[in-house]
This record gives sequence, C-alpha cells and structure tokens, in this order.
Amino acid sequence: MALIDLANPTRFVALVERVLPWLVAATVIAFAFGLWGTYLAPDDYQQGATVKIMFIHVPNAWLSMFVWATMSAAALGTLVWRHPLADVAAKCAAPLGAAFTFLALATGSLWGRPMWGTYWVWDARLTSELVLFIMYLAVIALWRTVDDPTRAGRAAAILTLVGAINLPIIKFSVDWWNTLHQPASVFRMGGPTIDWSMLMPLVVMAIAFTLLFISLHLAAMRNEILRRRVRTLMLTQAERAA
Amino acid sequence: MDLGPHADFIVGAYIIATAVVAGLVVWVTADHAAQKRALAELERRGITRRSAESRPLQIKEPA
Repeated sequence: MALIDLANPTRFVALVERVLPWLVAATVIAFAFGLWGTYLAPDDYQQGATVKIMFIHVPNAWLSMFVWATMSAAALGTLVWRHPLADVAAKCAAPLGAAFTFLALATGSLWGRPMWGTYWVWDARLTSELVLFIMYLAVIALWRTVDDPTRAGRAAAILTLVGAINLPIIKFSVDWWNTLHQPASVFRMGGPTIDWSMLMPLVVMAIAFTLLFISLHLAAMRNEILRRRVRTLMLTQAERAA
Repeated sequence: MDLGPHADFIVGAYIIATAVVAGLVVWVTADHAAQKRALAELERRGITRRSAESRPLQIKEPA
C-alpha cells in the first residue's frame, strides 16, 4: 500500500483494522515491562520513593507537547495540502492531548506537594503547561461549536498553529527563567543526568504511553471517519425526503 | 514494597493515571460501537453509500 493510498478514508479504516490489534498488544507489553521496571527501580537518594511519580509524570509531560506538535503538522496538512485526513487527525488528537496534559499537571502537583511543599506555584514551566491545557480545551470547544467539519477544521488548524508558539516556551522555560521546576535531565546537552537504573524504566514507560497514544489516535480517527459517513448518509436521506 | 511517608501521593498519582487512561479506552471503544450501530441502523433502513451513489441521473430535457 502506497502512502498516498492513506488519503482514501476507506483504505485508511481497513489499515487501522489490520494494525490496531498489534498496536494494542505492543502497548500492553510495553506497559507490563515499564511498570515492572518502575517497581524494581531504586528510591532516589533525596526524594525517596516519590521518584516513582516521575515514571508517569514525565511521559505525560512529553506527550502533552508531542501531541500538540502532531496536531500542528496536521494543521499544515489541512491549510496547505488540504489532505482529507489531516483535520480528522487533528480533531482526534485534541482530547487525547488534553488528557495527557491533565495527567502531567495532576501528577506533577502530587509530586510537588511532598518535594516542594506546595501543589502549585505560578512559575514559567507550570504556567506554560497550564496554558497548553487551556489551548487543548479551546480547540475541542471550537470543534464542537462549528457544525461543518471543513470550516471547523480550518479554524482549529489556525488556532493550533498559533498555539504551537507555546511549545518552545514550555521546553525552554526552565532555562530562560528562574523556576521551581527542575531543568531538563534527559534531553539535554551532555546527556541525561538520571542514573541508568531509573532512566531505563522511564524510557520504557515513555514508549508505552506513546504506543497508547498512537493506538487511541488511530482508533479515534477510524471512529471519526465512520461518524462523518453517518453524517453524510443522514444528510443524503434528508435531501431525498425534502 | 515500602513507599515511605509520601505513599498517599504516589498511590494517588497512579490511581489518577489509571482512571484517565481507562476513561480514554472506554470512550474510544464506546464511540466505535455507537458509530457501527448508527451505520447498521441506516443500512437496515436501506440508506447506504451505494444507494446514495446509484441515485438516478437527472437529465434536463431540451425545451
């Protein structure tokens, strides 16, 4: 199957039906290994066992930005190439991105309370991440406001590209400003500062959450294509009845 | 496994993550079932993509 064939929604749905069981199996296996690694990982010499929150907080924080980057690429597909599946991809990624961002914020708060002495502080990293969460909700609201999927897709694409400005702000906020949040400890010049015994389960959990996102995203895209098919058939029926 | 004095925060974080992930899986699965049901219902009423495509062509007769 050539890449161009994926522009055909029927072929895309057929491909999803074939690939999805394998993806789900890979996700379950990755989570099993990741959680086992999390269980075996040693306590941190300063944070103690609370470091175990890192194994769910960090993958969700990464995904919160990765999903918006995916939506931005899809927005370009909608506005520049008018790819028929681009706005479907963007629409279906938004609720998933909102959920991952919520998890990054919630688990971060639960990690912050015992380590910093507070659930929340208005520093640059936390505030920019909260702005990202609000942007996700705005995109979801926009999709729900406009009935016509084509018009909604173009409006959401513009909002998504504007919101992409926030991604480098989130990433470099800990370098540009004095924040309570720690600086980058994995993706940084000079390599990770985390010990291998903690880095390994963290990477596996990140892979597991990424596989979860891909599985849910493809399944949600399939659902959206079916929803549009239902909508088209009902409009056809209404036209005939008129 | 000893989670130390902050066990509530650790367990709470994992419970929230599990609940949200489970919610997403249930939402996507239920949505798929709903769309399949809607398509099956339309098909039962004879409204299919093929029937929409095979609509008779309207040719305007010359005056």
